[in-house]
Amino acid sequence: MTKDKIKKAIDAIGLPRLIVFCFFMAIVITAAVNDIDVASYFSSTLKYFGMWGILVLAMLPSIKCGIGPNFGVSLGIVCGLLGTLLAIQFNIAPAVEGILPGFGPWASMFFAIILSAVLSWLVGIAYGKLLNMVKGSEMTVTTYVGYSAIYLMCIVWFRAPFNSGEIIWPLGGVGVRNSVALETSFGWLLNDFLGFNIGPVFIPTGIILAVLLVSGFVFLYFRSKTGIAITAAGSNPTFARASGIDVDKMRVKGIALSTVLGAIGIIIYNQGFGYLQAYTAPLAMGFICVASILIGGATTTKATIMNVLIGTFLYQGLIIFTPPVSNHLLAGTDISDTMRQIIQNGVILYALAQTKGGD
Amino acid sequence: MNNTLNKKTPAELVKNFVSDNKVILMFVVLSIVCILISGANVSYVAGEVFSRFGRNTCLVLALIIPCMAGLGMNFGIVVGAIAAQISIFWIVHWGFVGVPGFLLCVAMSTPLALLFGWLTGMLFNKTKGSEMVAGLVLGFFAAGLYRLFTLYIMGGVIPYDDPNLLDRGFGLRNAFDLTGNLKYSVDDITFLTTASVLGVVYLLYTLVVYLHGKKFGEGVDTKKFVMQLIAGAVVVVFGIVGKMIPFVATKLGKNRVILADAVMLLAVGLLVYAVVLFIKNRPAKGTPAFNKVLKFAVLAVILFVTNMIPGVNKVYRSVRLPAMTFAVIAFFAAFNDWLVNTRLGQNMRTVGQNRSVATSAGIDVDKTRIIATCISTVLAAWGQLIFLQNLGTFNTVQQQDNVGLYSVAAILVGGANVQKATNKQAVIGVILFHTLFVVAPLAATELVGDSAISEYIRMFFSYGVIAVSLAMHASKKGGKKAKAA
Repeated sequence: MTKDKIKKAIDAIGLPRLIVFCFFMAIVITAAVNDIDVASYFSSTLKYFGMWGILVLAMLPSIKCGIGPNFGVSLGIVCGLLGTLLAIQFNIAPAVEGILPGFGPWASMFFAIILSAVLSWLVGIAYGKLLNMVKGSEMTVTTYVGYSAIYLMCIVWFRAPFNSGEIIWPLGGVGVRNSVALETSFGWLLNDFLGFNIGPVFIPTGIILAVLLVSGFVFLYFRSKTGIAITAAGSNPTFARASGIDVDKMRVKGIALSTVLGAIGIIIYNQGFGYLQAYTAPLAMGFICVASILIGGATTTKATIMNVLIGTFLYQGLIIFTPPVSNHLLAGTDISDTMRQIIQNGVILYALAQTKGGD
Repeated sequence: MNNTLNKKTPAELVKNFVSDNKVILMFVVLSIVCILISGANVSYVAGEVFSRFGRNTCLVLALIIPCMAGLGMNFGIVVGAIAAQISIFWIVHWGFVGVPGFLLCVAMSTPLALLFGWLTGMLFNKTKGSEMVAGLVLGFFAAGLYRLFTLYIMGGVIPYDDPNLLDRGFGLRNAFDLTGNLKYSVDDITFLTTASVLGVVYLLYTLVVYLHGKKFGEGVDTKKFVMQLIAGAVVVVFGIVGKMIPFVATKLGKNRVILADAVMLLAVGLLVYAVVLFIKNRPAKGTPAFNKVLKFAVLAVILFVTNMIPGVNKVYRSVRLPAMTFAVIAFFAAFNDWLVNTRLGQNMRTVGQNRSVATSAGIDVDKTRIIATCISTVLAAWGQLIFLQNLGTFNTVQQQDNVGLYSVAAILVGGANVQKATNKQAVIGVILFHTLFVVAPLAATELVGDSAISEYIRMFFSYGVIAVSLAMHASKKGGKKAKAA
């Protein structure tokens, strides 16, 4: 009897989430016992939670519309990078700062967000149309489309005709630098906005508010008529079609929304990081986002906002707490990146194996 | 097929040819454009492409069997590569060198690859329909476990004390230099030795077939058996005696064969084969058999003639081929061909076409898929060993990372798709993909004056080819489904 109950409980929570949660708790407790500064690591976890939140949220619409986790979120990411670079190129922050002191960084960030949102919406629609042609193989196709988009943009970054001194290489004079500082535009803007300390823990209010705000917007969107139609198209296409919903159109809308969230997500991420990293930096991001939402308890066909928030927190917590603990226990080793690789891909594999196959 | 083609006008034929081979043609054009832009030395390009061909083809040939069994492109060959790399640690530790070292690597990596392949196959059975993405993620996952093993468990958990392997107390060295132990261990085997070895293998094979036939009372053709024995013996004797004849020894007794000599040898071989066919069958003019003889003869003449053209001859003279490596490639291809015609191969094909039909025909679908994955993983492990003995150095943690990507991209460039891949496509694909790999950076340097961009171009091509090819195939499949519904 109890065995059944335990099994049921495990099924309800999901095995990977349980394992990752226990592992996370074990690491936090080990850290506390070994006099590691838990508070400051907790602060960074909160910060990174904010930085990744919207990127992980981008997985939600694509899962809901029936496409599955969007490994190709990098399409949105490169749009976000382009928007940010253009905001720097056009000197938005200094120009607005001259007219309205204090609003320069905000103007710069919103310029980047709006520009890249429009751009990524268009890209997302084209991408959605492609994915409608490849029904059944979306995950494989999204992965490779995402990768090739990043390398295509690498070629573009390498020779893009930017001429702002902050973007181009200091000596060569052509092409985008490896990492562009956002100090003069909107670096750390949200991190510091309304931030306060509770004891030793710093709460980055701005960035957490941003995540909650966008999550709230997505939540409301999926309560709207279009949102419900998207969910219906994803969970039962045949039934949706019978009730007069244009399934293909809904899928395009879902993936376009996902791409836009990817673009906004990378802007929020970059402001928290203080730098913009072009070139191959976004390669791994797709997989991290997919793993995060899956750790949060989503499957390849079902996801909620709570999955996003819990998953992002657990994943980032794990990544931030593992290095000091492994360093402390194994004197001078950093096993954390290896652990990350195993956990991240293990969780994705587990989710794939749980999905019912094609036949 | 031929009849319908014959009725078409030349314009239609060209159109069909173009639409059937558009991926290949696109890459041919791209390669030519890149060569023209870069003004590269053709001898250099040919040498590079042949050396990459010897290095990579075995890995690409490992993709064909799972494709036949309906598993798509097996990105899981990365785990086979990992098995090969683990076996090298032992060999370096024990200090084996040369051919014995290589054979020991093969012996050590095979059971490991079988185990990995079995696990991979079980995973693929749980992820039917998304094997490719599962294989890709599995590659990353396995690379993580392998990293844990090489950097922390070896020397950390498992006490280990060998300066050849460890360089800072625990965790393996970052890179292994195989010079002096495995480097060129297969490449350096001479043509004559290769011939003797192949002859012996052939003799053993015919003997086994003959004895097997006799034991089970199937019809045995004693005359054919004797002929086969003589043919095998001739090859073995040629290999041994050739070393004593100065002319043959200088041409074929060295560790590489010059392409010009190989071309002449091939031409002579084709001509002899054509004559033998003609004498044996005496086909009437105009019959398919006669056309076959004619085809071989013409091919031989073309090879002779190209070798006579000074420019081409210069290129031929500059390329040096490893005999045994090419023999191994031929063995891989022959194995793939042979397997198709066995009962197991037929089962795989049925499973690949339709799983429910296969089940109702009494085929154990899951088991067949696992066997296909196991074979692919073992071939990939051997392929990675061939790759590493040619490269001569390997990056302990990351060497396997791009194995799946480059192999899959290469076979797709050759015109393969997710459901059908052949040896021919693998060979063409490797040549085209690696030609572009060699010339694209040169062209980029010429165009923008910086070779750093070439890495991005290469990766964009690799991923782009896979993306386009998968999308094209999936959309075709989706279209069919929609029509059926």
